[in-house]
Amino acid sequence: MIETLGLTKRFGAITAVDGIDLSVREGEVFALLGPNGAGKTTFISMLCTLVRPTSGSARVAGCDIVSEGLAVRKNIGIVFQEPSVDDLLSGRENLYLHCMLYGVPRREIAGRMEEMLATVGLSERADDLVRTYSGGMRRRLEIARGLIHAPRILFLDEPTLGLDPGSRQAVWKYVRELRKRAGTTIILTTHYMEEADSLSDRVAIIDRGKIRELGTAEELKSKVGGDVVLLKVKGEIGAEAFSGLDYVKEAVQADGGLRLTVADAPKHLKALLDRCPAVEEVQVRRVTLDDVFLKFTGRQIRDEEGEGSIFQRIATTHNRR
Amino acid sequence: MSDLHSGLNAVYALLLREIKIYFREKERIIAVLVSPLLFLFVMGRGLAGHSPAPGYDYQQFIFPGILCMVILFTSITYGLYIIWDKRLDFLKEVLVAPISRSTLFLGKALGGMIGSTAEAIILLLIGAALILPLGPIRIAVAALLSMLFSFLLVNIGLGIGARMNSMEGFGLVMSFLTWPMFFFGGALFDLSQSGRALRLAAYCNPFTYCVDLMRRVLLGWSVLPAGVDLAAVLLFCAVTAAWGIVSFGALQQTK
Repeated sequence: MIETLGLTKRFGAITAVDGIDLSVREGEVFALLGPNGAGKTTFISMLCTLVRPTSGSARVAGCDIVSEGLAVRKNIGIVFQEPSVDDLLSGRENLYLHCMLYGVPRREIAGRMEEMLATVGLSERADDLVRTYSGGMRRRLEIARGLIHAPRILFLDEPTLGLDPGSRQAVWKYVRELRKRAGTTIILTTHYMEEADSLSDRVAIIDRGKIRELGTAEELKSKVGGDVVLLKVKGEIGAEAFSGLDYVKEAVQADGGLRLTVADAPKHLKALLDRCPAVEEVQVRRVTLDDVFLKFTGRQIRDEEGEGSIFQRIATTHNRR
Repeated sequence: MSDLHSGLNAVYALLLREIKIYFREKERIIAVLVSPLLFLFVMGRGLAGHSPAPGYDYQQFIFPGILCMVILFTSITYGLYIIWDKRLDFLKEVLVAPISRSTLFLGKALGGMIGSTAEAIILLLIGAALILPLGPIRIAVAALLSMLFSFLLVNIGLGIGARMNSMEGFGLVMSFLTWPMFFFGGALFDLSQSGRALRLAAYCNPFTYCVDLMRRVLLGWSVLPAGVDLAAVLLFCAVTAAWGIVSFGALQQTK
């Protein structure tokens, strides 16, 4: 469905996307995971024909993104990171104009609008100007608009950024349904680990314009080693209690108990506990994509953003004065 | 669905958006008319210069030019507004739509044309009531010409807007293009009586032919034959539309 070959975009001295080779299959949900500024949006913008690559090439739905831009655009839908819905129109008008632009048959427009408005929970506010919407409502309208023409390939650029947990769940549910019902190929960028983990078939970790690692979420996690199990028991227990088990990668004494690194802990937990005398406390921390990200980029995904760093920056500026 | 059909649908959608937005911003409709009315009533009455058109006073003489001025400023401003659209992401939505850049250009240009023409018609009616008595046929012809001039001038605005990336350029275009076009277009004076350099500048200026043709229609007086004016306007329309479409072809997201 999507093939890129050495796709590169430079803005002056900055290389935003650095020679990405990628292949996405039909019907796949593919997540690009990376911190802000990793090049995710630029990469997607190139695939959507919004930005011309500096070098390299890509085909989307079999069409070249540079020479067959219009044909590419006929096959795609996109939900932008920053809402691009029209402030001066109502929600319904936004959807209507979108349907007209995308050649949705006229007799289907009204029905689809009602369905999408209900899906994103905007039916009651549909006739108010978007200018009066909250940030979350704009995003939901944006999502409704990206989906309403039922594209073969859907790009979701940080689709749930700034959404409350309820709306986020609703969006996830809809993405899953869409894929199941229509076989839509979905490319999703996110910096939420849970999102990449729970929605996608494959995840690419992207950092500084390059793909660092690619595979299913489980594959990536298994590369880290395994889950962490903390055991506290009545009396003493030594690491030797678990010797000979191939799924126990490591066992060390820590915090008055034993810390084990275990591949797929939920599956083996019972077997582990059976080997212990009276258990006082068990903690299992599953390996997350956070750990994966840390391992492959040497950084935490949230290092470069969030309130913490803003406050730090303010503090630094303040101190300099 | 055929390409032509979907193209027409897209143009209709773009047009509809502009019309809806235009009539929602009522303050703007009024605001645009302030400076032309100042020109007409303060300069036209106060200056009370010489009118070369027999039977008409100076205020009446400059009225067709001021009518064109409204079209000029509304159209160029509208066109340049896509710089703003580019930054605010509204344009992204249409840039990823399955429509060709020429369709997008046409939709935008026609949308702008409607806005400018509406302003022109308002001023035309004010003028007909207070300054220059006009029959319904003259008003109708002037309205049609306003559409044509709007198209020409919107093309210029859109073409420039598509190539500029910052709103700071807005003021520059207004100072170095729009105002000179207005002053060198002979809206306030008789071109045939002016110096050679001024006339040369005027004849390179598409706005000159607009003013001259409008004067022919409203006052029955013009420097050039009406046919020459109309041919020049049509030629400029074709050239600017082609240039605008090329500019839109290169249009990319700014951020």
